[in-house]
Amino acid sequence: MEQIRNFSIIAHIDHGKSTLADRFIQRAKLVEDRDFHNQMLDTMDIERERGITIKSQTVCLPYTNKAGEEFILNLIDTPGHVDFSYEVSRALASCEGVLLLVDATQGVQAQTLANLYAALEHNLAIIPVINKIDSPSADVEHTKEEIETELGLDADEAILASGKTGAGMEEILEAITRDVPPPSGDSAKPLSALVFDAKYDPFRGAIISCRIFDGTLRTGDTIRLMSLGTTHRVEEVGVFRIAREKRKEIHAGEVGYVIAGIKTVSDTRIGDTITLEDNPVTAPLPGFREVKPVVFSSVYPMEAEDFDSLSDSLERYKLNDASLIYQKDSSQALGQGFRCGFLGLLHLEIFQERLEREFAQSIIMTAPSVEYRFILKNGETLTIDNPQNYPDPMAIEGTTEPYIKATILMPDRYMGAVMKLCLDKRGENSHFSYPVPGRIELVFELPLAEVVFDFYDKLKSVTQGYGSFDYELIDYRPSDLVKLDILVNGDKVDALAIIVHKDRAHARAASVCEKLRKEIPRHLFKIAIQGAIGGKIVSRSTVAPFRKDVTAKCYGGDITRKRKLLEKQAKGKKKMRSVGQVMIPQSAFVAVLKTDDE
Amino acid sequence: MMNNRGIADSRNGSAPGTSDDRDGPSPGLYVHVPFCKTKCPYCDFYSITSGTPAERWLGALAGEAALHRDIFGAFDTLYVGGGTPSLLNESETGRLFDILTGTFDCAAGSEITIEANPDDVTSRALAAWRELGVNRVSLGVQSFDDGVLRFLRRRHDAIRAQAALALLRETGFANIGIDLMYGFEGQSLDLWRRTLERALEYRPEHISCYQMTIERSTEFGAMLASGSLAAIDEETQRTFFMETSAILTGHGYIHYEVSNFAREEGLLSRHNRKYWSRLPYLGLGPSAHSFRDGKRWWNVRSVESYCDLLERGESPVDDSETLGDDEIALETLALGFRTRDGAALETLRRYQGWERTLKTLVDGGLVTVADGRAAPTTSGLCVADRLAAAFAG
Repeated sequence: MEQIRNFSIIAHIDHGKSTLADRFIQRAKLVEDRDFHNQMLDTMDIERERGITIKSQTVCLPYTNKAGEEFILNLIDTPGHVDFSYEVSRALASCEGVLLLVDATQGVQAQTLANLYAALEHNLAIIPVINKIDSPSADVEHTKEEIETELGLDADEAILASGKTGAGMEEILEAITRDVPPPSGDSAKPLSALVFDAKYDPFRGAIISCRIFDGTLRTGDTIRLMSLGTTHRVEEVGVFRIAREKRKEIHAGEVGYVIAGIKTVSDTRIGDTITLEDNPVTAPLPGFREVKPVVFSSVYPMEAEDFDSLSDSLERYKLNDASLIYQKDSSQALGQGFRCGFLGLLHLEIFQERLEREFAQSIIMTAPSVEYRFILKNGETLTIDNPQNYPDPMAIEGTTEPYIKATILMPDRYMGAVMKLCLDKRGENSHFSYPVPGRIELVFELPLAEVVFDFYDKLKSVTQGYGSFDYELIDYRPSDLVKLDILVNGDKVDALAIIVHKDRAHARAASVCEKLRKEIPRHLFKIAIQGAIGGKIVSRSTVAPFRKDVTAKCYGGDITRKRKLLEKQAKGKKKMRSVGQVMIPQSAFVAVLKTDDE
Repeated sequence: MMNNRGIADSRNGSAPGTSDDRDGPSPGLYVHVPFCKTKCPYCDFYSITSGTPAERWLGALAGEAALHRDIFGAFDTLYVGGGTPSLLNESETGRLFDILTGTFDCAAGSEITIEANPDDVTSRALAAWRELGVNRVSLGVQSFDDGVLRFLRRRHDAIRAQAALALLRETGFANIGIDLMYGFEGQSLDLWRRTLERALEYRPEHISCYQMTIERSTEFGAMLASGSLAAIDEETQRTFFMETSAILTGHGYIHYEVSNFAREEGLLSRHNRKYWSRLPYLGLGPSAHSFRDGKRWWNVRSVESYCDLLERGESPVDDSETLGDDEIALETLALGFRTRDGAALETLRRYQGWERTLKTLVDGGLVTVADGRAAPTTSGLCVADRLAAAFAG
C-alpha cells in the first residue's frame, strides 16, 4: 500500500487536463504509440469534440521514481463541469491528492477555485501545476501571484509544465510520489469500497469503478450495495490500464473495477458503499446522496410515428447515464413524448446531441424549465417542472422558485457589465471582493431559471471570455410567477408555454413573439403569433405570407433544377413540426427562452 | 425543290395533334441553336458569341439526330430556340431543316416555331422560313421602350421591333408570339403598361411576359452581388405580375401559364405545354434536355465538346436521371401548378394532410377546385413555386 498513490487532476475547463493525462499515459507506455490519440481518456466523440470530460475515467500508471522505487499511480480523471460536481466530489473522495492545474495564459478561474475548495474539503494533498508554459501568451509570474493570493497556496511549490511539450512531467510524477500520502486502510477489515463511477457494457452490464478503503474484494464474493440494499455475486475484479486488467482480488487502498452481473448503471448509485453480504461494515462511507435533476425539458419525436423508436433510444441511453430521468409526457401540439430531467444545461445539451448523433433520433426539445413549487389555497404544495401542468391561477396561494449562489471571477474592468447582467437576471444580495488587484470575485444570488439558459454564454460575451462562473443551489424563495401562453394562428401551442416572473412577463411575451416571428418561416398565409397571460393577449407579431414566389421561366432545362429545389425544401420541412397548418422549426421551441435581443 | 423540304406537309406521319390535346402522346422536338451576336446580361441560356462555326455545329447535329432515329414517334411540334436561331443564314437554316426532315417523322399540321430577334427579321429570312414550313415565330421584343432595351443591351430598338412585327404580318405569319420582359429597377408600372399596350396593338396570337429573374451566373447576377443592381421588393413584383395578368386577360387573352398568354384556346404554345404536361420531347444541340419514359437526359453545355464528342461518334449526353414515383409526383405537381390546369386531386392524395393543405389554399384564394383538379388562381400563379411545396414534404 505504501507504493500506491491515488490522485486526480482538477482544473477549470480548457486548462489542459486531458492533455496532461495523455502525457502520463504515453510516458507509462500503456499503449503503443501507434494506438495513441489525443484525449485518450475521453472516449465519447462529444467529449473529444468539445474538449470536455463527461464521464470519469481511471487509469493505473506504473512509475519508478528517481530513487528506483516502484509505484502504482492511480489517476482518476473527473468530469470538468459544474453540472457533474457530485461525481467530481465522489472521485475526489477516492483520492489522497490532486494536481491543481492552472493555465499560465488564463490564470485562476472560477472553477479552479471551486475545485480547490472541493479538494480541501476532502483534506487532499494539493500540488499546484502551472500548465501551458510553452504558450507565447503564458504569464507565469502573474499566475504565481494569483496562486498565492487567490488560492492561498505556496507558489514556489508550483511545478511549471506543458502538457503539449511534456515539460515538467518528471517533476509532477516525482511530486506525486513524494507529496501525496499513500492510502491508509486495512485489507483484513470488513469491505468498504466507494462507488465513484459506473459504465455500461453491453456484454457485462454495469462496470463499477470503486476505491477500496478497507477490506479485500474477490471474484466470487457476494457484495451488497448499501444504499440500494441489493446483493450481487462478483464475476470479475481488476484495475484499469486503459483496457480492463483482470485480477483475483483488489485490496484496501487500490482503485479498480467490479463486475457483478448488475444489469445497468441505473442499478448502481454513485457514492454508494460496497460491502460484503456475509461480513458487512456497520456504516456506509460518508457523503452519499441521491442526485437530483434541476433542469427539465420535454423531448418529442420529429415525426409522431417515431415515438416507439425514441422510447427505445431513451431506454438504451439510460443504460449508461443513471442521472437522466424521464417519464412519458404528452402535448396537444406535439403528441407523445417524454419529460426529462437533467443535472444541468450541459447535461441536457449532451443528451440532445448524443440522441441525435449516436441514436439517429430526430427530435424536438422544449425550452428547459426548473422545478417550481406552488402553494395552493387548499394547503397543498405542488412541484411543477412543466409549464403544461401549471395550476389554475385562482387556486394558487403562493409560488416559489429555486435560487442559486453564483460566484463569478473576472478582471475588474467588466464589473459594470456583469453587475448589469446579474441584475437583469433578477440577481440579489450581491457582494464582491478583490482577491488580487485588478480581479473581482462577485457573488450573486440568482433564480436558477434565469441562469439555466443562456447566462453562461452572456457572461462569456460581456467579459470577452475572461469571466468564469460557478454555482450552487441554495434554496427556494417566494416569487411572483405567471404562465406565458403562446398562440399560433389562434391555437394555443402548449409546448411553447413558459413560466416567467410577473414583472418580466410583458417584456418576455413581446420578445418571444418577436423571436418566433424570426424562427417561423413564411407560409402561403399570414401567421399571427400571440403571447397571452391568463387568457389576455399581451403581445403579438405576424409572419408575412409569400406575396410573389415563382420563377418566370420553366422549360425543358429547368425542370430537374426546380424539382431538386423542391426536394431540398421538403427535406427542410422534415426538420419542422406542423401545428395546425403552420410549420414550426425545431429551433423555435428552444428559442423562446433566449433573451439576447432584450 | 424548296417545297419538298417543308416539314408541315412532309411524310405520311401520324394524325395531327391538336393544341388542347393535353394527353396526346406525340413528342416534341427542340433544337438548341447556341449562337448569339452578343450576350444579354440577364440571360443564362447557353450560347457563344464566337468560335465554333455554325457549319461544324450542323455536322454534329446531324450526327446527334441520327442517334435518335426511330426512337421517338412522329413529332407534332418543332421548336428552334437558342441562343439566336435567326442568326443562321438561309442555307444554314435550310441545312438544319434538311437534317430534321431527313431523320424524323413530323405529323401533318405540326407546330413549327422559330425564335427570332427583331433585327434579324428580313423579308428574305421570313420567306425562307415559310418555305421551310415554319408557321410560328416567337419574336424577342422584350420592350417597346428604348431606354429599357438599352438597359437590357438588346441589339434592336422599339422602331425595329415594330417594323419586324409589321413585316411578319405582311408576310402572312398567322401565329406570332411576342416575348416581353418586366420587373427591373427603375421601370415604372406605367412604362410597362405602355409596352403591353403597344404589343396589344398587333393582336399577337401569343404573348410571353417574363418577370426578371436575376440568375447568379449572368452579368446582372454579378451586378446584384456587387450592389450595382438592386433587387425589386416582393410587393412590387406582385403588383407587376397581377397587373400584367389583369391587362392581358382584360384584352381577352388566356393566362395559361405563369408567364404565358394566348389570344385564343387554339393558340397556346403546343410545344412548351409538353414540358409542363411531362410529355416526351427530344432536345438536340448543346445543353438541350430530353425526356421520355420517366427518363431525362441533357447534353454537354459546350458547343466545342458537343462537336468533339459527336465527331468521334460518341454521345453528347452529359448526364441523365431516371425518375421514381415520388419524383414524378413532385414534378407533376410543381409543373401543374404553374399552369391554369393545376394538379389532379389524384396526384395530391399521396401527400399527408393534403386535404387540409388544399383547404388552406382554397380559403386563401390561391387555388380553386373543379373537375377533380386543383387549379391555381392568378394569386396562386404568383406564388406557384410554393404551391407544390405546401403539399410535398
